[in-house]
Amino acid sequence: MCDQTFLAITFGPCDSCSENRPLMNLYIKTEPINYCSLCMEIMACQGLASGETLKSLKAESETLRKKLEEERKKLHDVELEKVAEKAEALGELNMKTRRTLKGHGNKVLCMDWCKDKRRIVSSSQDGKVIVWDAFTTNKEHAVTMPTTWVMACAYAPSGCAIACGGLDNKCSVYPLSLDKDENLAAKKKSVAMHTNYLSGCTFTNSDMQILTSSGDGTSALWDVESGQLLQSFHGHSADVLTLDLAPSETGNTFVSGGSDKKANVWDLRSGQNVQSFDTHDSDINCVKYYPSGDAFASASDDSTCRLFDLRADREVSIYSKDSIMFGAASVDFSLSGRLLFAGYNDYTINVWDVLKGTRVAILFGHENRVSSLRVSPDGTAFCSGSWDNTLRNKFLFTMTAYPGQRWANCAPPFGTPNHGQM
Amino acid sequence: MERVIVAMQDPDMGVKMRNQRLLITVIPHAMTGNDVIEWLIQKYNITEEEARHLGGLLVQYGYIYPLRDPRSLLLRSDDSPYRFQTPYFWTSSRWPASELDYAIYLAKKNIRKQGELVDYEKENYSILHKRINHTWDFVVMQAREQLRASKQRRKADRIVLECQEQAYWLINKPCPGAFDVLDLGPERCNVLSSRVALIEHSRRALGRNRVKSSICLESFMKYSEQYLHHDPIMSGCLPSNPWISDDTAHWTINTDMVGTPTRLRVERWSFSFMELLNDSMGRREFMIYLEKEFSAENLCFWVACEDLRHGESSKIILKVEEVYKNFLAPGAARWVNIDSKTMERTLEGIKRPHRFIMDDAQMHIYFLMKKDSYPRYLKSELYKNMLAKAIVPQETKKSVFPFMRRQRHSSPSPAMVTQATEDDGKAKGAGPTGTSSTTNSQI
Repeated sequence: MCDQTFLAITFGPCDSCSENRPLMNLYIKTEPINYCSLCMEIMACQGLASGETLKSLKAESETLRKKLEEERKKLHDVELEKVAEKAEALGELNMKTRRTLKGHGNKVLCMDWCKDKRRIVSSSQDGKVIVWDAFTTNKEHAVTMPTTWVMACAYAPSGCAIACGGLDNKCSVYPLSLDKDENLAAKKKSVAMHTNYLSGCTFTNSDMQILTSSGDGTSALWDVESGQLLQSFHGHSADVLTLDLAPSETGNTFVSGGSDKKANVWDLRSGQNVQSFDTHDSDINCVKYYPSGDAFASASDDSTCRLFDLRADREVSIYSKDSIMFGAASVDFSLSGRLLFAGYNDYTINVWDVLKGTRVAILFGHENRVSSLRVSPDGTAFCSGSWDNTLRNKFLFTMTAYPGQRWANCAPPFGTPNHGQM
Repeated sequence: MERVIVAMQDPDMGVKMRNQRLLITVIPHAMTGNDVIEWLIQKYNITEEEARHLGGLLVQYGYIYPLRDPRSLLLRSDDSPYRFQTPYFWTSSRWPASELDYAIYLAKKNIRKQGELVDYEKENYSILHKRINHTWDFVVMQAREQLRASKQRRKADRIVLECQEQAYWLINKPCPGAFDVLDLGPERCNVLSSRVALIEHSRRALGRNRVKSSICLESFMKYSEQYLHHDPIMSGCLPSNPWISDDTAHWTINTDMVGTPTRLRVERWSFSFMELLNDSMGRREFMIYLEKEFSAENLCFWVACEDLRHGESSKIILKVEEVYKNFLAPGAARWVNIDSKTMERTLEGIKRPHRFIMDDAQMHIYFLMKKDSYPRYLKSELYKNMLAKAIVPQETKKSVFPFMRRQRHSSPSPAMVTQATEDDGKAKGAGPTGTSSTTNSQI
């Protein structure tokens, strides 16, 4: 009755020193290698020039890091809180669940919106991937994957296909056909192949290319048509758990976050790691770009969310509170970038004021971890998926205090009992 | 979480603990549910609902256990007594709950009161019995010993120990179908990386240009302010948020090819060049303007390059050929004006075409349009007319009868829409309208 674990700690003869030790399983260029931890360290030292020892390398990287910190500090002349003092304070936010999508038999792990602002694709632990029309709460398509723990799913920009993957180490693309008699599973196309579980996937600006991140520590760009690997990105020293594409003009970068507590920014064309941020204290579960593309937010198991600025090359804000003790699993910005919605493992969603760094609201309603959270493409609502098998859409009655602005109606919505905050 | 628990047990600042009465026995060092909640509210400055939620989590994860109703791990905000679990039993110590211990626990329960085992416990008991049959005598003997030892304790202590153990096992071996707090998802393993790469990376990072914080942060402020009115969550949306009112009017008036765009939409085109190009109507308008200025080939070139970058791999060579023929060849029909160096580089690269070959040229043209044509467009009559024509939709009045729910109509799936356009062979497809469609597909 136990969940699948796939890190089998094997004990046996090491490939290189042939002693019986606990082995670490590593894949190098898809070749499995079983080394004991000692030999692993030795292997990591390969590439040492003469005269260098592991100690000297360690010392050198430490000094470089310190120098980097100093450089970054030099240009840091003001804190975000100070700059944000000029901003208007946000009034109380009142959000209610408007739609609850039930139908998954098991934990919902991931979800994505379609560009038409009302359709959603969601994937769950039991291998089901469902496409909903969230507005009417109808299920439109359902696919059963031959694997459990489908941790990543994405909607194609055209709305004609979905991509998903998980423990099967692959990303598969399913074209959505409207013929109800057609078996969607038959038209599946396997696009990506990794050597460990798939943690995230997204289409780049068209249906033809997919960016994936995997538990094997790499991210990769694939061509859908041929299944070919176009570019791979190495640099994380542990599982890559999340990625997000930049909305910038040149559209050439993406950011990824991993179990090694680092968030790396990559160039799609060259495969280079352009920038790196490592101020988190634990695994980074989710990264999302600020709408202008100049910054990104990250959610981590250390129960904080942080905002990193790309041009200043540093962390500019931390969103945390003493009473929040559980890790954050997912974040997303509202359309204007003023609000940051974050879903946590303590079943709540906290809404933060990005500029002032304060918490604006806390939303209850899920009965288990909130595993994924996305704002709709036009910003009218956001949807949260949780391990309690449901997806909830939440929308807003604002009572903002902006001068000159009309007050939104505070009357209760049609047909729903008024529980106060849900 | 343990920080919280330790703070709570602090004799001066912690939760008030008193001797609580449970039926007839007096239990020392217990506290009421209410106390816990109040303390949480005070210490962390949170609302009651959040404190209740937090307290509930503490119970579910086994740091506090209830004395009165030990089977249900809930925090009740009333007089029901609770106690802190000993660190021995904390979930974070993570040492696996061994089968032997569980067997002893179940055996004790069985012996103490026949039939006290719940269904799933009975099942587990028989499974264990089969599995560790060889040590079963040991198990039973241990169980008997422990029971005898506990009989010699004071009643209060006995109750406490029983509840402690019960809570511990409830968490570690939960009832099937109930929620398992120890469920964590797939394992995350670590991969080693080389230090040499790290050093390289740090060196490169040192050489990078950085921007002053004040400038970056100001830009966030400006961005938020600019988009404030466009953010439906912050400022509401007209005529009404479709999710709240069940009325899809907001989406209908904002479709791609609607006759008259909304004012907000047209305003957004002036925020940045990217906004204009991302909106298909904006792009169309811009194209019309450029045609008047006889520089439409720039936009066409940019569109063709985008298509090349994001299109199918198999068609790359074909597309590069076409782009060259139409835009770059000397004497081409729509020759674009790029500087000679870029042109040289591009022409060289065409000999070995790949997806990103047009990037330099595309970038050049993009910035040309952005610096030159775009600002002029914003000042042009065409744009101003568009702005004037744009509608500001009326906010729909709330219905008088709150229970009259509008029909929620499904809209045609995007997959169907594109199929239709392919059939028609037209470039512009009919935009999806929000009115009722034929199928209400249910699976």
